[in-house]
Amino acid sequence: MVQDTKHTSNKTRLVKLTVNGVAYERVVEPRLTLVDFIRGELGITGTHVGCEHGVCGACTVIFDGYPVRSCIMLAVQAHSHSVQTVESMSTGDQLHPIQQAFWENFGLQCGFCTPGFLLTVQDLLSRNPDPTDTEIREELSGNICRCTGYQSIIAAVKQAAIYMRKEE
Amino acid sequence: MKTEHTNGIGASIKRLEDKRFLQGQGNYIDDMQLPDMLHAAVLRSPYAHANIIDIEVSAALEQPGIVTILTFADLISVKPIPIRLNPYGSLEPFLQYPLASNRVRYVGDPVALIIAHSRYQAEDILEHILVQYDPLPVNIDTEQKVINPLYNEAKNNVASNFVMQKGDIAAAFEQAEHITKLRFTSGRHSGVPLETRGLIAHYDATQERLKVWGPTKVTHFNRGVLARMLDMGEHQIQMIEPDVGGGFGVRGEFYPEDYLIPYAALILKRPIKWIEDRLENLMACNHSREQVYEMEMALKKDGAILGIKVLLSNDQGGYIRTHGIIVPELSAAIFPGPYHIPNYRCEVRSVLTNKTPAGTYRAPGRYECNTSRERLLDLAASELMIDPVKLRSMNLIQPEDMPYKVGTESLGEDIVYDSGDYPYALQEVVRLSKYEENRINHNPLSNKKTGYGIACFVEKTGLGPFEGARIEIDQTGRVTVSTGAANVGQGLETTLAQIAASVLTVPPDSIRVLHGDTDLIPYGVGSFASRATVMAGSAVYYAAQQIHKKLLMIAAHILKCPIDKLTISDGGIYISENQDNRLTLAQVAQQSSPRNCPPDMEPGLDFTHYFRCNQMTFAHGATIVKVEIDPETCAVIPKHVWIVYDIGKAINPQMVKGQVEGGAVQGLGGALLEEFKYDSNGQLISGSFVDYLLPTATETPIMELKRLDRSPSILNPLQVKGAGECGIAGMGGALANAVADALGDSGKKVDMLPITSEKVWRWLNTNAG
Ligand code: FES
Ligand code: FES
Repeated sequence: MVQDTKHTSNKTRLVKLTVNGVAYERVVEPRLTLVDFIRGELGITGTHVGCEHGVCGACTVIFDGYPVRSCIMLAVQAHSHSVQTVESMSTGDQLHPIQQAFWENFGLQCGFCTPGFLLTVQDLLSRNPDPTDTEIREELSGNICRCTGYQSIIAAVKQAAIYMRKEE
Repeated sequence: MKTEHTNGIGASIKRLEDKRFLQGQGNYIDDMQLPDMLHAAVLRSPYAHANIIDIEVSAALEQPGIVTILTFADLISVKPIPIRLNPYGSLEPFLQYPLASNRVRYVGDPVALIIAHSRYQAEDILEHILVQYDPLPVNIDTEQKVINPLYNEAKNNVASNFVMQKGDIAAAFEQAEHITKLRFTSGRHSGVPLETRGLIAHYDATQERLKVWGPTKVTHFNRGVLARMLDMGEHQIQMIEPDVGGGFGVRGEFYPEDYLIPYAALILKRPIKWIEDRLENLMACNHSREQVYEMEMALKKDGAILGIKVLLSNDQGGYIRTHGIIVPELSAAIFPGPYHIPNYRCEVRSVLTNKTPAGTYRAPGRYECNTSRERLLDLAASELMIDPVKLRSMNLIQPEDMPYKVGTESLGEDIVYDSGDYPYALQEVVRLSKYEENRINHNPLSNKKTGYGIACFVEKTGLGPFEGARIEIDQTGRVTVSTGAANVGQGLETTLAQIAASVLTVPPDSIRVLHGDTDLIPYGVGSFASRATVMAGSAVYYAAQQIHKKLLMIAAHILKCPIDKLTISDGGIYISENQDNRLTLAQVAQQSSPRNCPPDMEPGLDFTHYFRCNQMTFAHGATIVKVEIDPETCAVIPKHVWIVYDIGKAINPQMVKGQVEGGAVQGLGGALLEEFKYDSNGQLISGSFVDYLLPTATETPIMELKRLDRSPSILNPLQVKGAGECGIAGMGGALANAVADALGDSGKKVDMLPITSEKVWRWLNTNAG
């Protein structure tokens, strides 16, 4: 959402935060959601909105190290915190091993759910470097993919775990 | 002459579009911002059926951020949204206008459009528009014991009533030794792509052109519709497809917003963006599936089918939308499936109700008819005490009967199965799943009830009438493919690049594939009915062949040798015995420019080919599902899915597998979880993802797929059939049959989808069923 400055109400707040290591400062309405802030105010659009009611996981970002749903958080709650989005994963043309594994295993089709999955998997593998199939399914159960049927995503996560263990 | 490239047709190369998606660099509609852009919100009816008495906007016009409000009265010479497929004139009274005029017919019917400076403000203003409604009695099912007409001029709510038949159905029932009867209902579902719909429209006054970003699926057709509705020339409109977060049949049809947003942009001369929210999406985007089948099947004692009679009721919702009545027509046409049904009669009633209008959703009409038919077959098998595999085998169409004329028709074309070995697919899935051993070895001591269910299916794919591709090689040797087909997430860029790469012997990732922009190519049809690979792929193949020929002609001129001495491989051309004088595509391209080209040759490396074919090509397969039922909770737990499918040749086998798996899980959702429920007032009570349940990784079982290529299509040069709907086609039937199998004696009561624990409990614990 774009805020047209001529038309903001007088009740606004200052939000200072870092996104992907870069510091930002904006004056916003307290009701502005974190995802609308990141996408609309900052123009960082890799984070997607699939339901805006906290179910689909497409809007997952890493908030002070923990995955959260940025559609049901307010931008003002992120004041003086740090947020990581999918854009933080790769450097230049070099894909993150999780991204590489998704690519090699056809873990995406339309790609809309993918940023949310990637960050959820990043969090999972940081806690559990060698998850079982059942653990993977459990951990991914908060992310909806309407395209792939999940088989290729699960294969991608297993492959990603191998890549990540090798990197250590 | 070698023309294959190892990464071309048949290779499971990594998808070319994925790099941008993986890095968050996709360009979906809501990722776009234009300077000076305004935002729209749609006011929707809270009533399922009501007359509009008055709309009062004065308070709304005082709100912060307001730019304008449009109601029906503001739409100058507005026309209803036309039917895209089979526009029968008799359906015209039931078409939807972009805004309701004096009556609303479902919860979510658009009543007004608000344009404001931000989306938040536009949504705030919704509640300041005061609409006075006079509620009317509602119709929420197709039985309609009391008829409350949705349209004053119509006697009842039957939008369409027709019969499809072959043979002599009365004689078949006279000869019957056994009759099996079943009434089967499938719930109301929708495609529910993860990305909701969205549009940006902008009128460029200097160019006198309207640009619309966000359309997909059928951009050329929709450009024509918008042009006619706005009284503009088609050349004055450009439609541009962004990256699209899933299609599944529902996305990309012409909806009310596809008129309203461009209309507002024309009036205001500023860019306008509209992004649907999920709650809107579930009540505004096409629904699908809700059908009731009343079936009677006449058989011999040995299981041979003599004939089937069906009364099919289709719950159309409040209006006829762009699909007309194609969904129930397809149901009636494909109901016989892979079986030889000598006598058949299907009466279709498409009934208007006060629900969201219905259209297509992946395997439209077929998910429902396949499920109903396969349930009917299992019921007959159990009544006659014949093994379900045997009953199917003895009635399947045999390979030697191909091509097989079913005797039904759809879209004005006879249904003719072009090729297929149906018995083989069934045998293979039985073998793969160890069905026979496993069924006998049901563990009687386990407290879980286990069941296996089978379904066989035929899928129509590759719908015509044409698709085009333009291929161009520029002066640097770079290949660009443009097409009117759309990329709705299925990987069109990769598929088409692989086909062009095969012919031109260049790496697929060096090829640029452009699509979905009406300025790219004059004519286009689009992506639906599993047609893009078949139709656009064939067009790419032929266009690439023409370029190939031209490359050789120019190279022969440069190298001063006869064409048949030349080889094209790895993106270079050389005299076969001698690789030294190898020309790159760039060198040949430079020599084909108007400046350098020999005077007796047409300059340029730029060909457009339209592949035309009116006949559909039919994929087929068979599905087996294993379920467990928890006796405590009555929950159905799908344990394993096996699908054997034959799509002729595959361009990228891993991508095909992904299509089948994704479809299968959607089919599973429809069979166990997903349902739009309405209360008796016509209120949608599953309007969020908390209530409309999509399958997640935990509900998804292990899947084993086997692709066969025994039945190449005879209708196109690539010998391909569409794969998009093979996963979903048999899932409803196989799951319903697996549940019935697990329930033992109560299994015969299984008569509807989705199968929830509540229904399982009812089937197990009541006599009524
Ligand atoms: S958009 Fe946040 S969970 Fe769906
Ligand atoms: S890839 Fe489309 S929703 Fe997951």
